[in-house]
Amino acid sequence: MRIKLTQPSELKESQVTDEAIYRDRRRLLKQMGFMGAGALLASAQARAINLFGEDKPDFQTRSLEYQAANQTEQVLTPETKVISHNNFYEFGTDKTDPRDNAQDFQVQPWKLRIDGLVEQPINLDYDDLFKAAPLEERIYRLRCVEAWSMVIPWVGFELATLLKKAKPLSSARYVAFETLYDPKQMPGQNNPFMGGGIDYPYVEGLRLDEAMHPLTILSVGLYGKTLPPQNGAPIRLVVPWKYGFKSIKSIVRIRLTDKQPPTTWNQLAANEYGFYANVNPNVDHPRWSQARERRITKGGLFADNRIDTQLFNGYDEVAPLYSGMDLKRHY
Amino acid sequence: MSLRIRFSHWQIVLLKGLIHLLCLGWATLVYWRAASDQLGGDPVEAVLHFTGISAFNLLLLSLTMSPLAKMFKQGQFIRFRRLLGLYAFFYAFLHLASFILFELQLEWRMLLAEIIERPYITVGMAAWLILLALTLTSTQAAQRKMVRRWQSLHNWIYPAAALVALHYIWSVKSDIVQPLIYIAMLAILLGFRKDKLLRPVKRRYRALTSSD
Repeated sequence: MRIKLTQPSELKESQVTDEAIYRDRRRLLKQMGFMGAGALLASAQARAINLFGEDKPDFQTRSLEYQAANQTEQVLTPETKVISHNNFYEFGTDKTDPRDNAQDFQVQPWKLRIDGLVEQPINLDYDDLFKAAPLEERIYRLRCVEAWSMVIPWVGFELATLLKKAKPLSSARYVAFETLYDPKQMPGQNNPFMGGGIDYPYVEGLRLDEAMHPLTILSVGLYGKTLPPQNGAPIRLVVPWKYGFKSIKSIVRIRLTDKQPPTTWNQLAANEYGFYANVNPNVDHPRWSQARERRITKGGLFADNRIDTQLFNGYDEVAPLYSGMDLKRHY
Repeated sequence: MSLRIRFSHWQIVLLKGLIHLLCLGWATLVYWRAASDQLGGDPVEAVLHFTGISAFNLLLLSLTMSPLAKMFKQGQFIRFRRLLGLYAFFYAFLHLASFILFELQLEWRMLLAEIIERPYITVGMAAWLILLALTLTSTQAAQRKMVRRWQSLHNWIYPAAALVALHYIWSVKSDIVQPLIYIAMLAILLGFRKDKLLRPVKRRYRALTSSD
């Protein structure tokens, strides 16, 4: 039993998690998952070793220069939650796995290539990612297909800026994205016990007009700093009107094509995850409702945070992209 | 050479006390942390996963007692079975209560729709109701009163365990490894009882062949 003495001045910060407790929770969660199940230990062993190990130092992020966003009335999801609650199966399928397993991920050197049906293929090195266009802050809602959501201040630039530099050919109709494939660094990629049965590398895609929409950004940071690995360092896509799995992380390749590219979750379960994956409260996931969502902000179990999900996640300006389309069929 | 374990009265009291302490203490700790926002990004999800997996763990543990008793020729193991079973329901109760209170936040119409429309929730609910029935009839008085029907009612623990396994594997997105490990463990535990489980099948088969 640990007893922690606090200064009176700290009491006001009751909503802020003490870092020591916060770190300890990982150990706690791992222990309780296997509570009492002596028979279980095959998969527990790797974790059990961790119980006695020290946590590795966190990945080093740095501050970015950018044009700040206008004030918003939306309550932001606290940074600690944005960087500790992630789906990034390359590092494990639990929400806390990416934070636990990705801290020594190497982002330098990095190569991002834009090619395919373009006049001018582009290669970007790590430093180029931050100079490809002036950086600006965008505060976006992120709605996960699992029916929770966050509000995140991203730092990045419009994908259109980069695509225009590459000069898409008139035959280009789709954009295909690919995550780094590096099983040494991303242990889930060749370990079926960790990676959730996905065929790696993770791939995603957009229609060209979706990719060119001014809301679609490539993000290189959040909360004013470079991205931590669990959020998709060094560069990721953010498409705020689509479910989170469309916003592919740690991108190494962007390819313009004339055919609809394959996308990871669609390949895995086509009846559950479509190519479009627009946020839509009227089209349920076959196994759960999409009508409402739990907004993750400050506050614990008793936070009253259940809200209605909005069509296109509330970004009505994208509706013209889909005029005349049956969104129930093209989910 | 045979292994023999023998618990003294006090050891049994102590072990039972330990089960109480662990089961109640752990739940208290987790709910306290969740309530004070110290359980990661999404305390609701964390609590749902914790209570769900704990209920399954305890259910499997309760099913381990009679094979252990046979293996060690020691009937005392059976004395822990009811306690573990009751705590399995305790966690299942917390699981459903948390789903209603914190996930659905008391949208009763939604609960009804979810139970009807979502197969994995239907299955989970069915398992929950079986466990409820077993809990309500877990007293010695009920056992005496129901005589033989008590045993046939409590054999429903096996279909309940299967439904729990189905509920678990059905609820995950794609990471089925851990649910498969649980299913394998359940299969082993049911394997110890294959004679008992196959008895009704055999009886029917015999009835069919003898009526020729």
